[in-house]
Amino acid sequence: MGLERAFADEPAFVPYLAAGDPNYEASIEYVEALARGGADVIELGLPFSEPIAEGKTIQNAIVRSLEAGMTPDRFFEFVEELDVDVPLVCMTYYNLIYQYGDSESRSDSENASGETASEGPRPFVEKAAAVGIEGLVVPDLPAEEAGPLRTACDEFGLDLVFIVAPTTKGDRLERMLEQVSGYVYVQARLGVTGAREDVDDATEESLARLSDWDVPKAVGFGIKTGDHAERIVSAGADGVIVGSALVDIVAEGHENGDPVDEVADRLEAKARELKDGALRGAAERPQPERT
Amino acid sequence: MSTDDAHDPKFGEYGGQYVPEALMPAIEELTDAYQRYVLENEDGFMDEFRERLADFGGRPTPLQYADQLSARYDTDVYLKREDLLHGGAHKLNNALGQVLLAKYMGKERIIAETGAGQHGTATAMAAAHLDMPCEIYMGETDIARQRPNVFRMRINGSEVNPVTVGRGTLKEAISETMRDWATTVENTHYVIGSIVGPHPFPKMVRDFQAVISEEAREQAIEKTGGLPDSVLACAGGGSNTMGTFAHFVDDTDVDLYAVEAGGSSLQVDEEEGVAPNSATLSTGDEGVLHGARTKLLQDSDGQIMESHSVSAGLDYAGVGPELAHLVDEDRVIPVNVDDDIALEAFHRLSQDEGIIPALETAHAFGYLEEHHDEVGDTVVVNVSGRGDKDLETVIEETSKRDLDIAPDMSIFDSVGRSPTSQSSGDEPRDSVGGGGL
Repeated sequence: MGLERAFADEPAFVPYLAAGDPNYEASIEYVEALARGGADVIELGLPFSEPIAEGKTIQNAIVRSLEAGMTPDRFFEFVEELDVDVPLVCMTYYNLIYQYGDSESRSDSENASGETASEGPRPFVEKAAAVGIEGLVVPDLPAEEAGPLRTACDEFGLDLVFIVAPTTKGDRLERMLEQVSGYVYVQARLGVTGAREDVDDATEESLARLSDWDVPKAVGFGIKTGDHAERIVSAGADGVIVGSALVDIVAEGHENGDPVDEVADRLEAKARELKDGALRGAAERPQPERT
Repeated sequence: MSTDDAHDPKFGEYGGQYVPEALMPAIEELTDAYQRYVLENEDGFMDEFRERLADFGGRPTPLQYADQLSARYDTDVYLKREDLLHGGAHKLNNALGQVLLAKYMGKERIIAETGAGQHGTATAMAAAHLDMPCEIYMGETDIARQRPNVFRMRINGSEVNPVTVGRGTLKEAISETMRDWATTVENTHYVIGSIVGPHPFPKMVRDFQAVISEEAREQAIEKTGGLPDSVLACAGGGSNTMGTFAHFVDDTDVDLYAVEAGGSSLQVDEEEGVAPNSATLSTGDEGVLHGARTKLLQDSDGQIMESHSVSAGLDYAGVGPELAHLVDEDRVIPVNVDDDIALEAFHRLSQDEGIIPALETAHAFGYLEEHHDEVGDTVVVNVSGRGDKDLETVIEETSKRDLDIAPDMSIFDSVGRSPTSQSSGDEPRDSVGGGGL
């Protein structure tokens, strides 16, 4: 397990893009631009047709990627082709994990016994580990249902990142923190993903609830600017997760027909702004939270 | 009733709670409320529910002997007349139960998904009746194609929110309602329209709909002196199906037929991600969608397919996890009939029995026509909804086909207006489930 290392020395900047948005080749350039701009971990979205936790910005990115032909196998090729030296995390929905690598054995065994003999999440995790993915985030998999995936992640050395919502308290929080590894994704406000103009008070409350736990806390949902990143880190976060504000740049470039290298430059600049904001936030903290 | 533990989120391997973390506390709260109010009748919740179902909804609905069909098939055919429930479909049983429960829970706002509008209209009626603010999510294309249902919801005082992202069909409407709930969960209850979604929804919706089989079982014994040989219900998401089966599940001599929509074909187009049917129980694979592990129409990667049926209310790529389990246990027999057979059955029931059924319901009668030799001497068929809502679709779809049984509609030619001049091509999606308003 190793994603913790990305948070060890300074606050981590964790950008998200939907892999393959708006197409495979451009998306490779965009992810590499984020690494140049200072990303410490990169979350790559593997698009699912029913993304119930996403706001409009990322829903549209998922539609673009799927229409351009993204599949789980293409996604793994994509990861192998990337030339970046930061840890990669796959963010996707459970059905794609659950179905992967299983269709042939399933129909065979159905014919034989009339029952499904799914291997569950294991083949997906095995493949992800083989191409160099270091962690998974699965927004529709609460701790209650995560046992088989946690087991597979342990077997292949992947971290399993859980999302802590503003409504996650008491026993639920304890149960989740027993299963989490790498970092916790602290959801800054209720709702779905999407860039916002302000930073919610719920963030500080969530960070306070987690302060006793020795796992890096990365805050996401709504962070749009370097100033947001600064405020979140100065409030005690070990990292910031930014998705929609970056996807907006991809979407705008796609709609305007801008050259890929120009869009990549914009992403790199935005990444730098967010990373610099996070660093300023850490400098403002009297005592960094890391132990 | 089927035997299961109210706190167990699973039906065998199916069911569960596959939802974003932000929703889990609300789902725990709902599970607690389901236990106390629905299962233990705390504060007289179930008494009030039953009273309102009687006075506002018009329960009990009759079990009617079908003279012409019984003669035609040489089988005693009994019709459970859910089409006579207020609103014209079984949908109100669930909508009234959940809106009342939300009130007991102290929630201040109701949201629901709908496709073509059947569950949305039932929820809007229940919310008006119980004085709760209500917002319905509906795909923008469905809004354009289902104007009468949008008017009904608006007239009952509900907001109708267009869903513009994606393909704008029922599954997008469900996803969008879940997104609203993830934002407003502290004061809002999501009235899901079928026995789908995360635990406790599949069990709770079944329990609200189980009044259908509770009545039908007693009525059948009263009228025939025993239990029927078979019970038939159409199946989309499965709320009328499970409601019709629930009190018969332990009667293992009674065969339970879930009649799905065979659409135009059972073949799938994997390249396009389209399954031209909604026969999830018959052809689907296990997977996870909208909070539950169940049988799904999906491609080999696990992406959800676009389903199809001439009947908007059956047109959903998933199915309730309890039905998936009962099929695997060989307790429920999954069958299907295609669009053509359902349309013929629609006309036959209308002409022979004077009952215009919902297109969803017509699938069950289509199966009876094709397989009446196999269902025994006494059969109960659930008339899940009336078909007034489907008339435009029926006229358009009938005119495309050469159905001997269909009435001649050339009367429109003589008055200079084609019966299909206002139709708009593709079929809209409906809310999950087999009913119709």
